[in-house]
Amino acid sequence: MNSNIKNTVTTLSSIAVIMFCFGYVLVPIYDVFCDITGLNGKTGVISKNEANSLSFDINRSVTVEFDTNVNSKLPWKFHADTRKISVIPGKLVEVSFEVESLAANQTFGKAVPSVTPPKGSIYFNKTECFCFSEQELGPGERKTMSVRFVVDPALPLEVKSLVLSYTFFAMEKNVSTRNIDLKINSNKI
Amino acid sequence: MSEAVLNGVEHQHDHHPTGIKRWLFTTNHKDIGTLYLCFSLLMFFIGGAMALVIRAELFSPGIQYVDPQFFNSMTTMHALIMVFGVVMPGTVGFANWMLPMMIGAPDMALPRMNNWSFWILPFAFTLLLMTLLLPGGGPAGGWTMYPPLMLQTEHALPFVIFAVHFMGVSSVMGAINIVATILNMRAPGMKLLDMPLFVWTWLVTAFLLIGSIPVLAGAVTMLLTDKFFGTSFFDAAGGGDPVLFQHVFWFFGHPEVYILILPAFGVVSQIIPTFARKPLFGYVSMVYATCSIALLSFIVWAHHMFTVGMPLAAELFFMYATMSIAVPTGVKIFNWIATMWRGEMTFETPMLFAVAFVILFTIGGFSGLMLGIAPVDFQYHDTYFVVAHFHYVLVSGAIFSMMAGAYYWLPKWTGYMYDEKLGKLHFWLSVVSVNLLFFPQHFLGLAGMPRRIPDYSTQFSEWNAISSVGGFVFGFSQLILVWVIIKSARGHGEKATAQVWEGANGLEWTLSSPPPYHSFEVPPKISRS
Amino acid sequence: MSDFVSNRQIKALILCAGLMPATALAEYGLNMTRGVTTISREIYDLHMLAFIMVSIIGLIVFGLMIWSIIHHRKSKGVKASQFRHNSNWETVWTIIPILILLSFAAPATRTLIELEDIEDTEMTIKVTGYQWRWHYQYLEEDFGFFSSLASDHNEARQKNSGIDVSKIENYLLEVDNPVVIPVETKIRFLLTSNDVIHAWWVPELGWKRDAIPGFINSNWTMVTEPGIYRGQCAELCGRDHGFMPVVLKAVPQEEYLQWAKDMKQQQAEAASGVDREWTMAELMERGESVYTTACVSCHQANGQGLPPVFPALTGSPIATGPISDHISIVIDGMQGTTMPAFGEQLNAVDIAAVITFERNALGNSVGDMVQPAEIQAAQ
Repeated sequence: MNSNIKNTVTTLSSIAVIMFCFGYVLVPIYDVFCDITGLNGKTGVISKNEANSLSFDINRSVTVEFDTNVNSKLPWKFHADTRKISVIPGKLVEVSFEVESLAANQTFGKAVPSVTPPKGSIYFNKTECFCFSEQELGPGERKTMSVRFVVDPALPLEVKSLVLSYTFFAMEKNVSTRNIDLKINSNKI
Repeated sequence: MSEAVLNGVEHQHDHHPTGIKRWLFTTNHKDIGTLYLCFSLLMFFIGGAMALVIRAELFSPGIQYVDPQFFNSMTTMHALIMVFGVVMPGTVGFANWMLPMMIGAPDMALPRMNNWSFWILPFAFTLLLMTLLLPGGGPAGGWTMYPPLMLQTEHALPFVIFAVHFMGVSSVMGAINIVATILNMRAPGMKLLDMPLFVWTWLVTAFLLIGSIPVLAGAVTMLLTDKFFGTSFFDAAGGGDPVLFQHVFWFFGHPEVYILILPAFGVVSQIIPTFARKPLFGYVSMVYATCSIALLSFIVWAHHMFTVGMPLAAELFFMYATMSIAVPTGVKIFNWIATMWRGEMTFETPMLFAVAFVILFTIGGFSGLMLGIAPVDFQYHDTYFVVAHFHYVLVSGAIFSMMAGAYYWLPKWTGYMYDEKLGKLHFWLSVVSVNLLFFPQHFLGLAGMPRRIPDYSTQFSEWNAISSVGGFVFGFSQLILVWVIIKSARGHGEKATAQVWEGANGLEWTLSSPPPYHSFEVPPKISRS
Repeated sequence: MSDFVSNRQIKALILCAGLMPATALAEYGLNMTRGVTTISREIYDLHMLAFIMVSIIGLIVFGLMIWSIIHHRKSKGVKASQFRHNSNWETVWTIIPILILLSFAAPATRTLIELEDIEDTEMTIKVTGYQWRWHYQYLEEDFGFFSSLASDHNEARQKNSGIDVSKIENYLLEVDNPVVIPVETKIRFLLTSNDVIHAWWVPELGWKRDAIPGFINSNWTMVTEPGIYRGQCAELCGRDHGFMPVVLKAVPQEEYLQWAKDMKQQQAEAASGVDREWTMAELMERGESVYTTACVSCHQANGQGLPPVFPALTGSPIATGPISDHISIVIDGMQGTTMPAFGEQLNAVDIAAVITFERNALGNSVGDMVQPAEIQAAQ
């Protein structure tokens, strides 16, 4: 084979391989991109120290609403203790959520957060959250979980309300979980 | 020593096996081109049959013939087959046949790889079509394969994904071969800007293929591992993101649109000058327009997903970027018209298809421009308006240009003229029915009919009925093309000259019709006009 | 006329052949709706602006082309001129499209900014997509309900149902529980999904938005005219994607308040129905109607299903085996299959009824039953 052709083929094959890897690199790039732009309601995470060092303007307030969802494959109940609060951007706030299992055995769930409007989501920073980590509940167990967050004072002035939404999903390892207590045979007719 | 033996020695390079072996082991660019084109034609009828199932079901409201799940797998397979099985192999077939002849080369740069890249395809499509026989049926999540829906696919998923991998490998190999041929095998003295426009559009297309197909391969591999190996790239429960798939898919998907249409631009840019008997207007600006369309195609992907809920800034960016593609596309259309202007036109079948291409593709371009306006896209998105748009661009665009190319080059390939009367009949039936088929779909979309539904509210009945009638006429008209090809291939028709068309210019027309087995044994001399 | 081709279809075919006046076209729905919100009207105006612009460009471009096709032919004895380029013209047809695009971009940007201004909403409705129905939760009022394709429509749309769908008003665009909103009120919609991606769309509001599992999307509307507005799911979401309509009823403020009050009361009553003992006959009757809305499209009216994806219920190990397994599958669905979890979609009475029905009809006769109270306890 002509050496020019060989060079072309080598270059082009490398481009193809690089582009295949690029598809995978898009995953972390996308995460970074989401963190920067707030695409997809991704929230920010900051350290406690950082959160405490933010300056705030007590005359400004933003409404934060809490929305809770449980995927229908997970037999849990989940709600926020407060549906809506008014916060001062820059001030650390703590809210709590209540989760209860209706299952007959151990069940595992994981919560995913999402904030809307997208314009505001990057300014929503959590220092502590139960999300993304596996939660385990025994039969009938209740748990209170808290979230500490701070709304960045850099939040654009036109954004006056934010919604923080959590969805609990079932983990794959869950088995049939419903606590079915039947007066067996009593219904036989 | 008989004369025959002497001849045998003399023509040793011309010796090739016959029968099935000739086609299985061929490394000849013309044979492989023929294989690609026949395969594309076969797939055109299979994908078309699926479209007719869809149009039959949609002829009137109510579910008459198929289960909604099967309907969904018909729309999914129809799209996969038409995109990967018809338009892509078809244009690769043209490239195989014509590129070496147009640049004065004896064959493609990598003949053996050429053979492989074709023979992967029948396996890939057998794998894809086979899924229809699996329990659970074929893939039904749309050709865009969005998770989590696609992950609900039963047994078909791995088959579809491997089929897509094979198709990808085939096209990337084909693309590498094409670039290697164009960059290294041009006749001495032929500069890049001396190349015919078809060669240029294919050079750009090949780069698009190499740049985007591997990304698709990555995306579907992630789907596969999500389903079977516990990764969660796209699974919200595992910290993944279903929208990520859409970004990765359309990062491939938008360049893919231009992979389908750029070769079509090339074909039309060869045909119009021939039948206007006039050089192509604005050659250099055509080349620049092609390159800028290709570059822009990598930064507009999110216009397919305006409704997923992006931040305002992203929506604005993708809207402006999308609109800007209209400029180089406009340049192309104006250049074609300027080529026709004050020409000495005749309207043989290839020219008719090329003219219809310019008009109908432009209509598709107009609706594309409208779709690019983000706020209005919130209405248009995922309706039949979109269906009408991309079928204008791909059927009366890409497919029509392939018809034009087939009629244009058929005498060169076979050595015999095609039947002009049948060709004209094919054209007129196609052009009328394609509009009957797709124009009413604009109205359906605007009136509120979503795409990918097997049944609809009665207010949509009329246009759907018309569209279905158009669909059946269009579908059956294509049988004329097969007949025309068979006639010409079997030597029924006038013997074609080397130049074939009075206004034809270029190296491919200096070779006899049909051309010798190896195109240019001795590199031709390039004379600059 | 045979039921294969309706009268209106024939009329349309004739019309298409140009035998009927163009004014009759209006009947068939040609254009985008102007809608009932300020945003939808702006979107409509943008659409018309774009349409008129491209039509004018089209007329000029195609006009030139056709003129050329008519006059510059060989048969007219024209000699081809050999010009190859003309920088002036090429500049002109690069600049003019840019100017036209800028003229679109300005109003489009304005509308987009307005559309994304989701502040100062007065109430919030959370829309959750399910395969294949919608759930609406009124966050301030704290009540919610599922909205599914109306049962007579659902029956008619089954293959070989034998029902003439052209006789059904608003075929496929009718639900059991429409989403009711007050007019002249800025309402925020939050959208999410329980399974796959759906898209919530009412053309009269001017927009559609994807409902994605694990993510919350928002948009807003302020309807100015009372009325019933119909839309559909717009994102392919599986087998019954075509059968999850949206019906939005916009009513005056007072009427809305009354409706919300009634809804809350109704839900309280439904909950109380759980406590009493239901008879077999009652459960069977209720179960049949629940089966027709919730189960029939996969498991089929005769219980034979569409194997292997949708298994038969007749004689199935679940529907004839231990009742607790049966209950658990209906409530929680089945991981890795298309069987949804109905625990949230149906109330305890409906679940008890449909399970009882499935075990004692469709060719099964297990003979047992389950009380709503027991389902309630399990939930």
